[in-house]
Amino acid sequence: MIRLEKISRSFMVGDQQVAALRGINLDIAAGDYVSIMGPSGSGKSTLLNLIGLLDRPSSGTYKLDGGDVTALDDAQQARVRSEKIGFVFQSFHLVPRLTAAMNIELPLILAGISPAERKGRVAALLENYGLVDRADHRPDQLSGGQRQRVAIARATSMHPAVLLADEPTGNLDQTTGKEVISLLEQLVVQNVALILVTHDPVIGSRARRQLHMVDGQIIDEQR
Amino acid sequence: MKLIDILQFASDSLRGSRSRALLMILAMSIGVAAVVVLTALGEGARRYVINQFSSLGTNLVIVFPGRTETAGVGPGMLLGQIPHELSLDDAQELLRSHAIARIAPLTIGSSQISLGALNREVVVLGSTADLLEVRHMSLGQGQFLPAGDMHASASVCVLGSKIKRELFGQQNAIGAWVRLGDRRFRVVGVMASQGESMGFNTDEIVIVPVASAHLLFNTSGLFRILVEAKSRDTIAAAQRDAESIIVRRHHGEHDVTVITQDAVLATFDRILRALTLAVGGIAAISLSVAGILIMNVMLIAVSQRVKEIGLLKALGAPAVQIRNLFFAEAILLSGIGSVVGLLLGEAGVWLIGKIYPLLPVSAPWWAVVAAIGTSLGTGILFSVWPARRAARLDAVTALAGR
Repeated sequence: MIRLEKISRSFMVGDQQVAALRGINLDIAAGDYVSIMGPSGSGKSTLLNLIGLLDRPSSGTYKLDGGDVTALDDAQQARVRSEKIGFVFQSFHLVPRLTAAMNIELPLILAGISPAERKGRVAALLENYGLVDRADHRPDQLSGGQRQRVAIARATSMHPAVLLADEPTGNLDQTTGKEVISLLEQLVVQNVALILVTHDPVIGSRARRQLHMVDGQIIDEQR
Repeated sequence: MKLIDILQFASDSLRGSRSRALLMILAMSIGVAAVVVLTALGEGARRYVINQFSSLGTNLVIVFPGRTETAGVGPGMLLGQIPHELSLDDAQELLRSHAIARIAPLTIGSSQISLGALNREVVVLGSTADLLEVRHMSLGQGQFLPAGDMHASASVCVLGSKIKRELFGQQNAIGAWVRLGDRRFRVVGVMASQGESMGFNTDEIVIVPVASAHLLFNTSGLFRILVEAKSRDTIAAAQRDAESIIVRRHHGEHDVTVITQDAVLATFDRILRALTLAVGGIAAISLSVAGILIMNVMLIAVSQRVKEIGLLKALGAPAVQIRNLFFAEAILLSGIGSVVGLLLGEAGVWLIGKIYPLLPVSAPWWAVVAAIGTSLGTGILFSVWPARRAARLDAVTALAGR
């Protein structure tokens, strides 16, 4: 479903060109469970942002569902993100003034889905993630685990084909971290491709495919 | 994204920074209210002057002795220092014109009026029966001056309502004799109380036949001839005729000035309208200041909400949508500001109307439209830059909060 061919990404730092990714080749199928590990600065997050269409490669091609998505303009890429990609962040990124239910509803609102349908979908998600009694709470009234559950519910509200998680347990304690991982793993069962960036080898080793990155290259893949 | 959702989202984010939003609405509404109140005042002054002028009479042409290039009364005219006086025969002759319906010659002077032990100084107006019609005056009791030959010096007078009250109190004045200077006059009528118009209080005058006034003041000249044209369309013809008749009678000498009420009125109208526009324009400057305030606050909002903008991008919002969200906020702010300002302004206008009941204050519709237009316009214009800035943010750096 995802095919990266010779993807490179370099940044200008001062007047020097720094390569963050060098010639990445990667295929990810629907329902794949992939973890990306490596030291900081190895390009994990850059790779994730590229797959999530938040960033554009300097060279190489990226095909999503057979189509080349690097050539799309901003509006078209936004549409792809809206329909096919979900994000889960280390710092949750919930909108502080909106309630849990409204945060979950946000991607549906942006996609222009009718209020009646939104209501049904949000109710189902609140139910699935055990947040019914927290629906009207604002993020600052929620625990870390609850916040990340809201974020996962939000990421899945548009039924994405790919879920990108950047250190989803980074701000959580071990127990809640495990809970969050198991919620994410349930999505894999539903044929969502899960791509997880993590420092934690315990969490990383649970994935069916474990990629190790150093200096912008995938040096090792364990299955 | 649906329009209603955009508005909902924008109003949610405004509610998120309540005091900031309220301050911006306040700034906007003060600007709008200032435009509304100031133009209402200017417009009120304009209407006041027009009302005053039309209370003088309609289709009026005014003839006065002496030649002045600009309309106005110089001291020389009041003292009668002119080559030719305007005579009663000049006035009479004006009626030959087909364009002229009525005339009323005017002589003015001041004299002592006395009744028994009571006496006071009054302005005495010498005129004819037609003055009542020409000058739109109204009679309270009795009759006005007798019609007929304007050379006849009947010893009758009509009292202004205040003079009547001071001399006679509640008693009947009709038929009584009063003394004006060294002559005796019989009271035939009393004017209705009209108050002041154009600085001339008709309640404190005594009106006598013009020939009697000439005898009283020992003159033969006229202060003015009021001419009423037959209709609006014949005003110009009446003006031309009046001038040519008098010039012919004065042996070709151009020693009279003939002005039309319309010309004077139009001048005042232009001046006051310009004044209204100027005051309204100054008020509009405060609106654009409010606009700059909005821009400043929107820029702060953008930098405070960088992470949120990054998130919206990650969740599939294209740049256009993010721009629209910030636009919607600015439009909401300036929209609410205009409505509040309009209410404030109308309240102010109402208050001024209460304090100065004589002034017909009300904001002209074009000022209301202009105020709201300017407020919405500045709101949108000054949010273009912040909104573009938000839309152009790089998603990755925005999410990182940098």
